Amino acid sequence: MTFTAHFNYWVAMALLTVGLYIVIARGNLVKKLVGLSIFQTSVYLLYISAGKIIGGTAPIIAEGLRVYSNPLPHVLILTAIVVGVATLALGLALVVRIKEAYGTIEEDEIHSQDEEP
Amino acid sequence: MLLVLLLASALAIVRARNLFAVVVLSGIYSFIMATQLTVLDAVDVAMTEASVGAGISTVLLLGTLYLTGSEEAAPGHRPILPLLVALATAGILIYGTLGIPVFGDPSGAIHQHVAPRYLQEAVEATGIPNVVTAVLASYRGYDTLGETTVIFTAGIGVILLLGIGRRVRERAQGPGGGMQEYLVLRVIAKLLIPFALLFALYVQFHGDFGPGGGFQAGVILAAGVIFYAVIFGLTKAQKLVPPRLVEILVALGVAVYALVGALGLMLGGNYLDYFVLDHDPVHGQHRGVFWVEAGVCITVAGVMLAIFYAFAGRRRRPDSRS
Repeated sequence: MTFTAHFNYWVAMALLTVGLYIVIARGNLVKKLVGLSIFQTSVYLLYISAGKIIGGTAPIIAEGLRVYSNPLPHVLILTAIVVGVATLALGLALVVRIKEAYGTIEEDEIHSQDEEP
Repeated sequence: MLLVLLLASALAIVRARNLFAVVVLSGIYSFIMATQLTVLDAVDVAMTEASVGAGISTVLLLGTLYLTGSEEAAPGHRPILPLLVALATAGILIYGTLGIPVFGDPSGAIHQHVAPRYLQEAVEATGIPNVVTAVLASYRGYDTLGETTVIFTAGIGVILLLGIGRRVRERAQGPGGGMQEYLVLRVIAKLLIPFALLFALYVQFHGDFGPGGGFQAGVILAAGVIFYAVIFGLTKAQKLVPPRLVEILVALGVAVYALVGALGLMLGGNYLDYFVLDHDPVHGQHRGVFWVEAGVCITVAGVMLAIFYAFAGRRRRPDSRS
């Protein structure tokens, strides 16, 4: 097995780990959402990498071309991206409301405010 | 090489403490990701990622930062436990990748099931050379209807949480005023916006033959209007595209999509069956895909604009300047 055989997948996993780390370790809610979107894009990379065929081309049928990459992951990820931004916007809207209610978007400060009677 | 750059920008996002820098870095990250997706033959996806990830997301994040402040507090506790959890997850996942087929191998399981059928039959059955569009709108029409509904729901959620900013006219200047005093920006914007909107229409109607389709066109269309709002002010943009109209568009797109499906039922086919829409099955497919993509475009553009209006029309609270 060569180094390149799984390199794309490993980078996807590394990005996923980075995203996961930001979501767990950071208290700032906006930063958490950025981490979540990194997590999400790593999944895009994973799917699209799996659909690639070496020597293939984009799945738009044309004369003179025979090998096409798999179109199915493209369809799934294309819609996932747009759904992703819509849910990101929903998360950000919640963050804005939290800021208005608590005056902060740091998780620790929100918790300490909740514990006060 | 691109993959290394991707990883580097992700790590830079972890290290940056200024949220403004984080947002700019995530825009760069999205662009590199889009380039990488082009390299991997996913041109439709790359176009979406470039317009959504680097365009709309960045605008939304900046809008949020304006309302919430741009400095991240120093972490209160040591990040050792989260690091361990993340690394353990990474270890398990990388172990898992050893079991999946080698990258680019045409004999992998993913290339054996339905994909060859799509590639061989799609052109004859639907007359659409871009297989991604054919699968999206025709073969997997149910999926796409569901996803359009999810986008619709998220848009409604944002409108409910923040309001769509109808009272913005009370405010004479401020963020509603835009950047009109900069001559260069104004002239360039006037030059670029018509082409941006025209390009959106091209992406919409040429999506059957080249990369593109309703999702991308909707986002680019909304981006054109957002660009206008950023330069000329929210008030003028809302005169051009009133919030009331945006609310209607959000619902109209899903309705068009669902009605195309229902029309198939009325003409004696199944739900979202396009073959019955015309006397010639291939024409019927064309017609169905056209209207479905139009519905997707309307809803996506509407939701993106509604979200932008909701964030941009929100007033900054006096206590949030810290």
